[in-house]
Amino acid sequence: MIHKFVLPWLVIGAWLLSACAPAAPIADTGGEAAAEAPAADAAAPAGDITIDVLTFTGPQIAEPLQRRGAEYVEMHGVQVNVTVVPFSDLYQKILTDLSTGTNAFDVYVFAPQWMVDYVEPGYLADITDWVAADADLQWDDIAPFFRDFSASYKGRTYTIPLDGDFQMVYYRTDVAEQLGLSAPQTWDDYLAFAEAANGQDMNGDGEADYGSCIAKKRKAQSYWMITSVASAYLQSQGTGQGGFFDTESMKPLYGNNDAFKKALEVYKATTAFGPPDELNLDVGDTRGLWTSGRCALTIDWGDIGTLAIAEGSKVNDLTGAVILPGSREVLDQATGTLVACDDTTCPHHVDGVNHAPFAAFGGWSGAINVASDEATQKAAFDYLAYVNEPAQSNVDVTIGATGFNPYRISQFNDTAVWEEAGMSKEAADNYLGAIKASLDSPNMVLDLRIPNNQQYQGEVLDLAISQYLAGELDTEGTAQAIEEGWEELTDQFGRDVQLAAYQATLGVEK
Amino acid sequence: MAQRVDATLLVPKAKATTRSLTSRLDRWADGLFLWPAVVILLFFSIFPLIISLYLSFTRLQFVRGGVDVIWVGLVNYRRLLLGSEQDHFLGVFAWPSALGWLVWAASAIGLLYFLRQYGAERQRTVAGWLLRTGLAIVVLAMITLMVTTMSGGGRPGTLSTTLFYVAAGIIVQYLIGLGLALLAAQQLRGRRFFRVVFLLPMMITPVGVAYMIRMMADTSKGPFAPLWRAAGLGDFSWVNSPWGARLVILIGDTWQWTPFMFIVLVAAIESQAQEPLEAAVVDGASRWQIFRHITIPAILPVSTAVILIRLIESFKLVDLPRVMTGGGPGTATESVTMHAYSAWNARDYGGSAAIAYILLILVTIASVAFVNLIRQKTTEVV
Repeated sequence: MIHKFVLPWLVIGAWLLSACAPAAPIADTGGEAAAEAPAADAAAPAGDITIDVLTFTGPQIAEPLQRRGAEYVEMHGVQVNVTVVPFSDLYQKILTDLSTGTNAFDVYVFAPQWMVDYVEPGYLADITDWVAADADLQWDDIAPFFRDFSASYKGRTYTIPLDGDFQMVYYRTDVAEQLGLSAPQTWDDYLAFAEAANGQDMNGDGEADYGSCIAKKRKAQSYWMITSVASAYLQSQGTGQGGFFDTESMKPLYGNNDAFKKALEVYKATTAFGPPDELNLDVGDTRGLWTSGRCALTIDWGDIGTLAIAEGSKVNDLTGAVILPGSREVLDQATGTLVACDDTTCPHHVDGVNHAPFAAFGGWSGAINVASDEATQKAAFDYLAYVNEPAQSNVDVTIGATGFNPYRISQFNDTAVWEEAGMSKEAADNYLGAIKASLDSPNMVLDLRIPNNQQYQGEVLDLAISQYLAGELDTEGTAQAIEEGWEELTDQFGRDVQLAAYQATLGVEK
Repeated sequence: MAQRVDATLLVPKAKATTRSLTSRLDRWADGLFLWPAVVILLFFSIFPLIISLYLSFTRLQFVRGGVDVIWVGLVNYRRLLLGSEQDHFLGVFAWPSALGWLVWAASAIGLLYFLRQYGAERQRTVAGWLLRTGLAIVVLAMITLMVTTMSGGGRPGTLSTTLFYVAAGIIVQYLIGLGLALLAAQQLRGRRFFRVVFLLPMMITPVGVAYMIRMMADTSKGPFAPLWRAAGLGDFSWVNSPWGARLVILIGDTWQWTPFMFIVLVAAIESQAQEPLEAAVVDGASRWQIFRHITIPAILPVSTAVILIRLIESFKLVDLPRVMTGGGPGTATESVTMHAYSAWNARDYGGSAAIAYILLILVTIASVAFVNLIRQKTTEVV
């Protein structure tokens, strides 16, 4: 009989204990790469404040947040817990936490293009004044694009950039030399390079390797890749022209026109020179293939440059970076046909090639929950500022495992930190030069930042491209599916609202 | 003349009141103790059902200070069944192949036989006829959907893919589970060990199973890669083939859930009455005859229950395709639940609720149809 009496109390007790227990964050201690913690700052917020951070499943991004978090704990006595979720869940997880009033997190580190959906309902703290008052941030050292696009919305600052993102093409310098080829300047060059290199043993293991490795997995970070290819054909008149929609009618450029169909064909053609399971590879997989020397070409963010010099890499000093290849033909929006690139049709061309570097994603950035109490908000800002400050970020951007890429002007100008990290001077100049060429391009393509952009890209575009690569849709059908899907969303959310938001985004001054 | 006196009159009035109160409380006690639990249960089961039904007719928009719930009527359902999401949800229809027609015809005949069987019953009612005819029509519609999207030049949507997972998964899992159960029921050495081993897959988290199967099926880096290369299939990958990818998902699901069939069936086989078995042996019945005419009828009620449970569960498959393929290549491996999750993830809460409601209706119909179809057989043998 005793157990009949005791058992319910045990259950209730266990339930109460579990209810009182904190959510399961991953460890807040630093990893092996932890730098020596700076001395405590007397003016910093103290007490029993805990900063709960939400970001995506690492090791990238989460690693520096944890490592710097451990240092921050030591400096200020403020607890930092970093919780991670898969990338495909992150957007919704943040939105759910904010919109339901759960407010389990104080800091969100996410893609700045999602900011519009969090700022408009008033979920994020406006940190404009705090940024202006913090001299240690050296805000002006952050490249203007990341200040204006990644950190700001409608002239106010909501996030602190922690990362700088551009997609580039990486190629094997030794393979290029062996084949007598140079870095691809156009997408046709890319295909020719991939075809020539495909099947060669590029890492000396006696097995045939791949001409091109591109992450093409659905529900992952792959849907940016098609934009990297398509932009060269779709945007030629400068950043203000926009690479996704017609700025007059909001009609999608990703639709039934020759330029987008050409881009689709090029993208699909790369699959012939890729690993057999390329359709199921995310960027983590292709990066692994690259550092193990199995690919001649890849499209990726800046991460490849730093991963190539990491321990165990087989491609240190064999990795070349180049601005995204361009096209000698571009879209004539009036007729929907491809026209030759000249001074009129593509005023920013280089040797007759229209380059349209894609600022994909915009770089991981940290924002603060406006519902957190003031002391926590201040502590959260100090923590993010600490991670962003040159002393920390100049080191972190050189470590491949962080997932952070350069975004400060000083990081582009000074190659010493890169050489210290293990990159040769020549490789550093090449790597930083490719990013800088993208950043300085007057024809840079801004990522989509209209309301509900996740539905346009993460759902409609991702699904149609995946179906196209799998052979479920043909070129015509894919272009039509994206166009119809985007049109439906635009009509649903209000054409005027979406158009105004798109035009406002393109008005960003670089 | 002796006068009968009501005993209660002899009791002091206060005592009587107390007793009356106690007796009233006794009567109310059941309700008093039960109602809170019932209310909570209703709150947690009925309330979400009503709210999600309401959500399926709306579109949610996050605005400053809250959420705008916009009534859109049947738009979410229309988009799925007739609009832009039709290809994704139902698939692309095409004229079926010869095999497709054969399957369809066999199914139609089976359903007619099912209705005819009910017609032969003595206790048939109009409501019973309506229910069964409705069920037969819906089941035939599902089979038509599968046949027209999976054969010929069609392309299955998430609904057809899910129906494939359900049908193929249950058949394969039941047959393997039954085979293993028959083996484990033999008086073999080490059978206890094998029983535990056979059960292990069921104990593993589905996400773990998904990663493991994905790794094992990887032709270029997985543990079986040398075998694939030796067989000249180093450049083949199942992820590039829609049917290859579905097959690998099916293998994962079968590996994980066959033990469930196995454990229930082994218990049923071992608990069947020994007398008929012994009598059959004495009468010279063969092993097949014993299995066909004694074992199968004896385990039929348990088989019905176990298949019904798996039927309901299979419709909700999401973890394996989510982890192994992300629903790809294209939408080849995407289940209805994953479709609903994707819609939810993209803030299309109304669309997500509409998918979930269609799934709920289908699961209910499939379960009721299955129970009805099998009940007669079960009653016959019992």
